[in-house]
Parts: sequence; structure tokens; C-alpha cells
Amino acid sequence: MSALLSLENLTVEYAVGGRSLFAVSDVSLHVDRGETLGLVGESGCGKSTLGRAVLQLRRPTGGKVVFDGTELTGLGAEKMRLMRRRLQLIFQDPIASLNPRRRIGDIIAEPLIIVGVTDKAERDRRVREVMTAVGLDPDVAMGRLPHEFSGGQCQRICIARALILEPELVICDEPVSALDVSIRAQILNLLEEMKRRYGLTLLFIAHDLAVVKAVSDRIAVMYLGKLCEIAPTERLFAQPAHPYTALLLDAIPVPDPTVRPATNLAVGEPPSPLDPPSGCRFRTRCPRADRQCAAEVPPLREVAAGQFAACHHPLTGPA
Amino acid sequence: MSAPLLSIEGVSVELPTPRGLLRAVDRVDLTLEAGRTLGVVGESGCGKTMLSRAILQLLPKRAKLDGRVMFGGRDLAGLSREALRRLRGPELAVVFQDPMTSLNPVLTIGTQIVETLQVHLGMSGIAATKRGAELLAAVGIPAPEQRLRQYPSQLSGGMRQRVAIAIALSCEPKLLIADEPTTALDVTVQAQILDLLAREQQRRHMAMILITHDLGVVAGRTDEVAVMYAGRVVERAPTPRLFAHMRMPYTEALLAAIPRLDSAPHTPLPAIGGRPPDPTRPLPGCSFAPRCRYVEDDCRAAKPPLADPERAGSLYACWHPR
Ligand SMILES: Nc1ncnc2c1ncn2[C@@H]1O[C@H](COP(=O)(O)OP(=O)(O)OP(=O)(O)O)[C@@H](O)[C@H]1O
Ligand code: SF4
Ligand code: SF4
Ligand SMILES: [Mg+2]
Repeated sequence: MSALLSLENLTVEYAVGGRSLFAVSDVSLHVDRGETLGLVGESGCGKSTLGRAVLQLRRPTGGKVVFDGTELTGLGAEKMRLMRRRLQLIFQDPIASLNPRRRIGDIIAEPLIIVGVTDKAERDRRVREVMTAVGLDPDVAMGRLPHEFSGGQCQRICIARALILEPELVICDEPVSALDVSIRAQILNLLEEMKRRYGLTLLFIAHDLAVVKAVSDRIAVMYLGKLCEIAPTERLFAQPAHPYTALLLDAIPVPDPTVRPATNLAVGEPPSPLDPPSGCRFRTRCPRADRQCAAEVPPLREVAAGQFAACHHPLTGPA
Repeated sequence: MSAPLLSIEGVSVELPTPRGLLRAVDRVDLTLEAGRTLGVVGESGCGKTMLSRAILQLLPKRAKLDGRVMFGGRDLAGLSREALRRLRGPELAVVFQDPMTSLNPVLTIGTQIVETLQVHLGMSGIAATKRGAELLAAVGIPAPEQRLRQYPSQLSGGMRQRVAIAIALSCEPKLLIADEPTTALDVTVQAQILDLLAREQQRRHMAMILITHDLGVVAGRTDEVAVMYAGRVVERAPTPRLFAHMRMPYTEALLAAIPRLDSAPHTPLPAIGGRPPDPTRPLPGCSFAPRCRYVEDDCRAAKPPLADPERAGSLYACWHPR
């Protein structure tokens, strides 16, 4: 397989009160064509910033974003606009991302107008097709306004809008976090089906490891702007290498009362991203931390076939 | 047997809306003994929060409450505002999803804890400050003396929730209602907050109602579970029994729809089709009928009562249980 998207030493800074906040710090990874890469981590770890940086909605301050051989970083506005039809974004809050005063049919058709599809009949045909694909009845829904739909249906509308240009890469930023459990499963299944049908490559961002597991081929774990671990999904769950991945796995509440919740989990909360710890950013909460961890930033290293971890003392490794 | 600490009898809550009368809670009965934890699970809009507000007597002004909320032998619905105020804190306390609901942004953490202790327990300023620092330490806040001087905005979300819990626990309440206390928090912080609640609850022999949409949270942290759907309790059982054998199809479907850690990637999820009914347009029969895979004609005709026909300690509202 070949990489459709690759990030090389990607860094994104925000200026906060005269200081630099490294929301994404020196992250390198790739997403193969046809693959779903899950991206997990806790609030504020930089997941959304990374997604926005890929689309150049937030210009990176360092490193490269390469999409299908083209470097997006530094691409002019006009060239980026043309590129945008190949990369789409789906957000967490479906209701807020739809213009409340526009009809559903027009919302979904909008990307077609932007890229210059002038034939109204052609636009209608494509809107109907994609609405049907995402499980909305065009005859009922096209003329309605967003407030007439539930959160789950609004997410279907957002997915339809993202797919109408037949993109190659779709970045889903917490697409089901705002939805109820019973609706969440519908949308996850829909995304899987759309991926097959349109041959999509997905970057699937979420904080919920179980949700990410359900859809991802590989998973990348971030902490305070840094990539901690990246591995094939099954491997990551069976044998996490990075202590932070292990902590995340232990913290998931399991819907089974015979499984006692893990106690004595690494205490404390993530430190401020404005003032990250020296060396390994996880060291203030890591049970394995030692002097080396405070002194040296751990580089991302392959610990087993296809499994990479940025840790001086990984939990697993080659025998 | 002595009377339970809390007993909710036939509680309904109705709210006027532009679309008509909305029955947020529909004839709910629940009991809770001292020292026990009851989990209330359900999806958004099923009435979890309105039920907790009915217990706390904190309903919106235009809401209409029916039924009785017996707490320590008194019907809370009949108490004066003053009597209720005296109850909140030493008897009944609450922790909300957003800790800022109960914290005042313009007062320091210290002022808020000290005031609570002074008002309810009549402590002196010095004693209350000392106790405040102890409480913060007990909920896992490092450097508590310094934290007392800080404002809520200077703390992380997890720290704020710890402070809200410290204040809720400060007067040793007999019942704590925790309404989605960890929904806004990260999983690693969530685990710590749930541990904290469980520890403090055991130490104080306090009863707790843990309201959540997460079946994972109730599984590990409660003695008994009530599942709500469209304003009603549709299943209620001791936690191990509920998970071992779900009788009501909604409960079963809800559990099945959660992505499981032990299933392989790309396993299709058994989703529940459709969505909950419009609460201003109640259905004559079972509210879950439009989405239920086991539905039969009689389900649409009459509402199944919440009952325990086998007398096995497990109640469910379904004509064709699993
Ligand atoms: N526009 C901005 N200006 C300044 N700082 C920002 C801005 N947007 C995000 N940040 C900060 O950058 C860091 C990464 O934020 P980001 O939104 O990428 O995190 P996230 O992983 O998506 O979090 P969540 O799970 O809460 O969505 C955080 O510390 C955040 O506070
Ligand atoms: S590098 Fe050190 S502190 Fe960081 S995760 Fe590994 S063992 Fe822990
Ligand atoms: S009463 Fe009928 S429709 Fe309702 S849950 Fe039971 S089987 Fe399903
Ligand atoms: Mg985000």
C-alpha cells in the first residue's frame, strides 16, 4: 500500500499570552490509501489541531503535510482550493456545523456550487444520490431546515455534504461524540459503509478508544501534542507499548460488572500544554519514569513489527 | 425492615412547551437504602436529569410535579423553601456534569467551602478553613492551602469537579445525587473521580444516585440499576443480575450497540434503528415499540407496567421479555 497522506515533523503553535503553545509537536505519521487511521488522546492533546493542519485550515509552523505526492504546506490559496475537493472534514457538533437558515438540499449541494457545477439538474441528481446513500429520504428531507432534524440525522447530512464531491480523504473529528449510544452505532456503521462504497481513506479522531477500535486499521495515540504510539489496532489493544496507552486502556469503563474497575491508575491530570514537562511529556504521571525520562525526549521507535512507541522504557518490545 | 432513606412514589414531571405538554418523567417509583448506589441510565432526553431535579425539588418554575418524594420520612414536595434550603448540604447534595453550575466564578474556592461550612455546620472561620483544606486533600487536590486562594477558572475541569465534590461532601450528606459527574472529563480523570466518589461514599455510608448515559460506568460502580426510556423506568434490577440477564429489549439493545473492546475492528454494530418518540406525543402502548425487534401487536395497544412477575427481584416493563 502507498501513503495517501503523510505528515513529516508536523508542528503547530498557537500564540497564547505572548507565549508559544505547541498544540502539535513534531508529529510524523502516514495514512495509507484505503486505510482508517484512528487518532486518540485526551482533551486538548492536539487531535483537532492536527486534523485542521492537514487541511491547512490552521497553517503548520513547522514540518510538512504531503497529500498524494503534493506538499500542501505552502500551497497557494487557489491551488489549495482545488485540492480541497479531495479532502473533506466532518465535525463533532453536526447541528452547529449546518447553516440553520438553509434547506438541506442546498446545504448538501453547496460544495458542488463552489467547484462550479452549474447544471441544476446534475446537482439535484447528485444530491439525491448521496442523500439516499446516507439513509435520508430526498423527497422528505431536501426542502427542510436543519432544526427539523435530530443530532444523528444532522450528522448524516454532514456526511452527505462531505461525500458529494467524492473526496479521497475524510477527516472525521469526533463524529459521534455528541450522539447518543443508540444513534452512535448507526453513524459508525454508516461511515464504514461509505468508506467501502466510495473507497475512502479516513483519519478518524476521537477520545473514545472503543469507538476508535470499531473502525480503525491502525491507531495513533497522542498526549500533550506528541505522538506516543502508533500500531495496528489489534496489537495496540493486546499489547500496548507506551505506558500512556496502557493507562487509557485501563481507564475505559467496561459494561460488565464482573470486571472490577482498575484502581490506582496513574494519578493526576495532564499538565498545562503551555508548560509541558521536560523530556517525556508523560513523565509526571508515568509509573516507569526515571531520570532519563526527565532529561531526554524519547524518539518514536519501532518496538515490534508495525508498532512504534516514543518511550525510553516501553512495556513490550521484540523478545 | 426500616423505611428506605429515599422512596419516590409515582413521580411525574410535566413541562409546558410550545409543542404542547411534555411529560419528562412518567410515574416513576424508586427506593434507595442508606449506603447504597443506584445507577440511573438512559439516553439524552429520557428524563434522567428531570428525575434528579424532582428529588432535589429544583424543577424549572413552570414544571408540574406529581407523586411523592419521601426522604428520611418527609415528603420533600410539601416542604417550604426554607426547610429545603436547610436540608440541602447536610442531608441532600448534588454534583452536576458541569462543575461551574455549582461553583461561583467570582469567589475563591476557599470562600465557597468556608461559607458552606459556616452556614450549615456553624463552624468558625478558622476551623472552616482548616476543614476546607482537609476536604480538598481528601478529594486528591495537591497543595490544598494554595488552591483555597484560587478561583475556579484557574483550575482544570477535573480539578473543578473535585472541588464541587468536596463542597457537596463537606456537610456529610446522607444522599448524594451525581448527575453525569464525569461526562465532561477525560477517561483517565473520569476513573479517578469515580474512585473518589466510591471511596467517600463507603467511608460515609452515604447513599448515591449516579446518573449516566454510560452502561460501562454503572456496571462497575453501582449496586442497582434503573434504565430509563421516554420518561419511564423500563427495567430495574441489582447490577450483576441486570447485566447477567437483561429482560427489556431496550436495555439489551443499548448494551449491544456499544462498541466492545473485545470485538475485532470493523465488526458492524447492532444499531438500534430510529430514535426515541417525541415526548410531547406519547404513544398509547410501549414507547419502545417503533424500534423494538420483538414488537408484536399487543405492544402497541397497552403500556407494559414495570413489574416483577417472576418475583426474582428484577423488574421490567415489557410484554415479551427476553
Ligand atoms: N485557537 C487557539 N488558540 C490558542 N490555543 C488553542 C487554540 N485552539 C486550540 N488551542 C490549544 O491547543 C491545544 C490542542 O487543542 P486541540 O483543540 O487540537 O485539542 P483536541 O485534542 O482536539 O482536544 P478535544 O478532545 O478537547 O477536542 C490545547 O491546549 C488547546 O487549548
Ligand atoms: S519515556 Fe519514561 S516517562 Fe515517558 S512514558 Fe516512557 S517510561 Fe514513562
Ligand atoms: S413491550 Fe413489546 S415493543 Fe415494548 S419492549 Fe417489550 S416486546 Fe418490545
Ligand atoms: Mg477536538
